[in-house]
Amino acid sequence: MHGFGPITCEENEPVFHAEWEKRAFANTNLSLAQGKLGSLDSYRHAIERMGNLNYLSTSYYEHWFAAAEMRLIENDVITEKELRTRIEAVRTDPTSFALPPAEGPDELSELVAGMVKFGGVSLRQIDAEPRLAVGESVVTTRRSPKGYTRLPRYARGSRGRIVRHHGAHVFPDTSAHDLGECPEHLYTVRFEASELWGETAEGRSTVNLDLWESYLAPVGEEDA
Amino acid sequence: MSHDHGNGVSDPEVRTRALESLLYEKGLLSPAAVDALIGVFERDLGPLNGARVVARAWVDPEYKGRLLENATAAIAELGFGGLEAQHLVAVENTPEVHNVVVCTLCSCYPWPVLGLPPRWYKDPAYRSRIVIEPRQVLSEFGLELDEDVEVCVWDSSAEIRYLVLPERPVGTEAMSEDELAQLVTRDSMIGVTNVSAAVAA
Repeated sequence: MHGFGPITCEENEPVFHAEWEKRAFANTNLSLAQGKLGSLDSYRHAIERMGNLNYLSTSYYEHWFAAAEMRLIENDVITEKELRTRIEAVRTDPTSFALPPAEGPDELSELVAGMVKFGGVSLRQIDAEPRLAVGESVVTTRRSPKGYTRLPRYARGSRGRIVRHHGAHVFPDTSAHDLGECPEHLYTVRFEASELWGETAEGRSTVNLDLWESYLAPVGEEDA
Repeated sequence: MSHDHGNGVSDPEVRTRALESLLYEKGLLSPAAVDALIGVFERDLGPLNGARVVARAWVDPEYKGRLLENATAAIAELGFGGLEAQHLVAVENTPEVHNVVVCTLCSCYPWPVLGLPPRWYKDPAYRSRIVIEPRQVLSEFGLELDEDVEVCVWDSSAEIRYLVLPERPVGTEAMSEDELAQLVTRDSMIGVTNVSAAVAA
């Protein structure tokens, strides 16, 4: 998609730009680590459910807390009424409801160490053999689901070649909807720029995407 | 974005404070855990980790081989790894191929070796443009590639994370591994720039 303007870089950029960004980062990660947001995919899907206009007009960490609020309410960890009431109370008196100072390490700070070291493994063992092989030519599906998927729109219905097999990984399309992990074989598929962009392709380049098996079909067996 | 309500406090500040206090009351968050988590990303994780991996690969061909074969295991040899790099792949720049990394769908990034991503990596401009006009974007970062160099864009659409192994600059043959690590920038490991020997202090 064109039209987002120039890329703006910041010299000596800090890790966080405001205290609230640190807090939003911490709120979300602690809730994720305790399973309170559901799967990582369901959380990413919640960011997409903010609505496209809202997504594009708010900053990165605003996406984080908007999705965290949504998932915590959906998972009955907090109620919408309780959240609204608390937001109004803080707005009225911004010094209220501050956290007490940190004391020594506790169970939750131990959890942080475990999450940072062991979190985020999506590889799973499955019995099914991979149906596709490195070197094989494939076509991506044209399906445009209303829910969550990780096949970008720009690469739908496109021909590519498998360059790597990564074993089986949690399938986001089901995981995001609380329908289970349903792991599938995952492959890196290489697309020539001319396949994706036609005559407007810039020159010699490829785009490589990590795609699940059910997004792909061998050339000649693509969906109608 | 700031949405000030007249009391000097923005909407994101209010909403973050409100949510934090509710999580605290429910026993899901503690001040120590918040400090620990922020500390990891402000102090422990950052591009200096990735720079050590790259420098090691430049001076030790066997390590480089292991890095390109299984980057997750290779960075673990240097004590790195974990959340957002459990499945890491290193891609090597050569005179024929230049690699660059993006996440068009969100902002996936290899935290253990690069830390948290810069703003431009998360902005729609980079995420939309790098896949369709990579040469133009790279030239805006100051990197002009010859026409016969193939640009390889890696769009991190799953939990696989990518680290670019930049080319070792000419004229650095006498430098130690530590000196080399100081040349390696975050942007060169994303792939939007090359490493320059001129940066040497």
